[in-house]
Amino acid sequence: MKPFQLNRWIIKLLIWAPVFAVILLFIMMFSVSTGSADLDLNTVWFILLSKVPYIGATVEPSWRDSAETIVWDIRMPRIILGVLVGAALAASGVVFQGVLRNPLADPYILGVSSGAALGASLVMLFGIELVILGQWTLPIVAFFTGFITLIFVYYLARVRGQLQIETLILAGVIVQAFFGAVLSLILALSEEKMQIIMYWIMGSLALTDWSYNKVIFPFLIVGLLVIWFLSRELNMLILGEEAAQHTGVNVQRVRVILLIVASLITGAAVSVSGTIGFVGLIIPHIMRLIFGSDHRLLFPLSVLGGAIFMVGADTIARTILAPRELPIGIITAFLGAPFFGYLLRRRKNGFFLGG
Amino acid sequence: MLQVESVFQNVNGKPILDQVSFHVKKGSCFGIIGPNGSGKTTLLKSISGYYRPVSGTIRFQGKEVHEFSRKKLAQKMAVLSQESLPNYPITVFDTVLMGRYPHLKWYQREGKKDLEKVDEILELTSLTHLREQTLDTLSGGERQRVAIAKAMAQEPELLLLDEPTTYLDIGHQISLLKLVKTWQNESGLTVIMVLHDLNLASQFCDQLLLLHQGKVVKIGSSKEVIKKDMLEKVYETIPEIIPHPKTDVPQVILGI
Repeated sequence: MKPFQLNRWIIKLLIWAPVFAVILLFIMMFSVSTGSADLDLNTVWFILLSKVPYIGATVEPSWRDSAETIVWDIRMPRIILGVLVGAALAASGVVFQGVLRNPLADPYILGVSSGAALGASLVMLFGIELVILGQWTLPIVAFFTGFITLIFVYYLARVRGQLQIETLILAGVIVQAFFGAVLSLILALSEEKMQIIMYWIMGSLALTDWSYNKVIFPFLIVGLLVIWFLSRELNMLILGEEAAQHTGVNVQRVRVILLIVASLITGAAVSVSGTIGFVGLIIPHIMRLIFGSDHRLLFPLSVLGGAIFMVGADTIARTILAPRELPIGIITAFLGAPFFGYLLRRRKNGFFLGG
Repeated sequence: MLQVESVFQNVNGKPILDQVSFHVKKGSCFGIIGPNGSGKTTLLKSISGYYRPVSGTIRFQGKEVHEFSRKKLAQKMAVLSQESLPNYPITVFDTVLMGRYPHLKWYQREGKKDLEKVDEILELTSLTHLREQTLDTLSGGERQRVAIAKAMAQEPELLLLDEPTTYLDIGHQISLLKLVKTWQNESGLTVIMVLHDLNLASQFCDQLLLLHQGKVVKIGSSKEVIKKDMLEKVYETIPEIIPHPKTDVPQVILGI
């Protein structure tokens, strides 16, 4: 009898996940030391080191307070938010593409982001700040309007108790179109707030501080764990609804759980960063192209890949025209759309299944 | 093993099955034949629990099929359709491993026993040399063999086959059915099979059910069902029936 073998995907994961993690750390370090205020690398390192528990106390501060503010209160929360948002969008992209068996599915297909964007612009337009929520008003309202949109789309798509994939996508597109029109109306009516709302619609990590990270973090962690746990079921859903069912998967239940979780983390991401496109679409595609379609491998690598892409894109967004800053959605679209076109051309046998 | 009692079935509001009743004995091979649109596939999907009958009951091991959870049912029943596996870049090994899913608890991952079981089955189905190949690189015949291997990994007591030979050439058709037969002989598996090919059905099944417009025309051995007058009425063509030169079971010859 042959010796016990590790399954191949585990070996691949053990090799590639650390590689991706190192790239991510590297790009984060690069990002934190780049910006309109020129700080030398040593200072940046020592400031960061001083924030590490226990070790931090031993570091002698030799920098100006303003440098610390820039690194710790402006750049770091933004970079961490980039990691979280990128991971969230890529993760829900994997789920939507897998569950809906549709290559064009991404976190926005079900109208979640439009709903969240609508809620956020209303908050900004009327300058509402709910007393209990304080500064969290914007993300929390965006999150809930996104979630309500999701429930509405499900309601539209449910025919005789069954959730049909095609109807679901159509319902999402319809809701998205309608909310898009409402958003444009709000924009047209709100001259003085137009710019900030625009920024938000195109997506930006600029308006952040640590509290934003606290909003998205719990949703993201729980969501990622649930999805990774169900990655075996995700693989089986690809066999098709009937075949998955005959192999013992409760298809309806698994689908609903995955879609709700993915929508939740999308809502959380949109609520702190606006609607950043193409990450959820492109990253899972690239990963599938390189590593194949086994979700047990594809999912964790896409999460890391999304984080890398987002931090990189945000670094470009805030440095390329410094001191001016571009909405990150422009960068992701500039990088993402042509690449998507390329993918479309080079497909062989079936865009999704043939990978 | 399986009792079907006066089942009515609608699909999208159209009546498909009309008062269908039959029993299948443990360890036997039961064939369902009939022309296009006679309700064969619908019947199979009702047995597999995919559709729930409008009236009548389908009892599997003494319990109605829809009362089983998906997982419990998959432990006892495996299903193979015309094209059961997609053209998808996942390895043969991982695909067959999916067959172990119904035997794992929701928090459980595949253990050593499951991996060994899969390798054993790959050996049995002569797929070992394709172990690490992905499905999209296989031929139709090989892919159907993988589908059988995945069903074997489920270790079911009942196997449902929906025209499993449709896209295969005659060599692959026979080798697939032989595989099922060997499996059946070794484990006491019960097989219910929808087949288009009357000659294969006649040779491989202990009992045949002839379905026409959702109604049972005849249930019996191949000698009782593959009869000129019976087929003439149902298929609206005039076939000739001759005994197989080796096995004596009736075979259909078509004339134009």
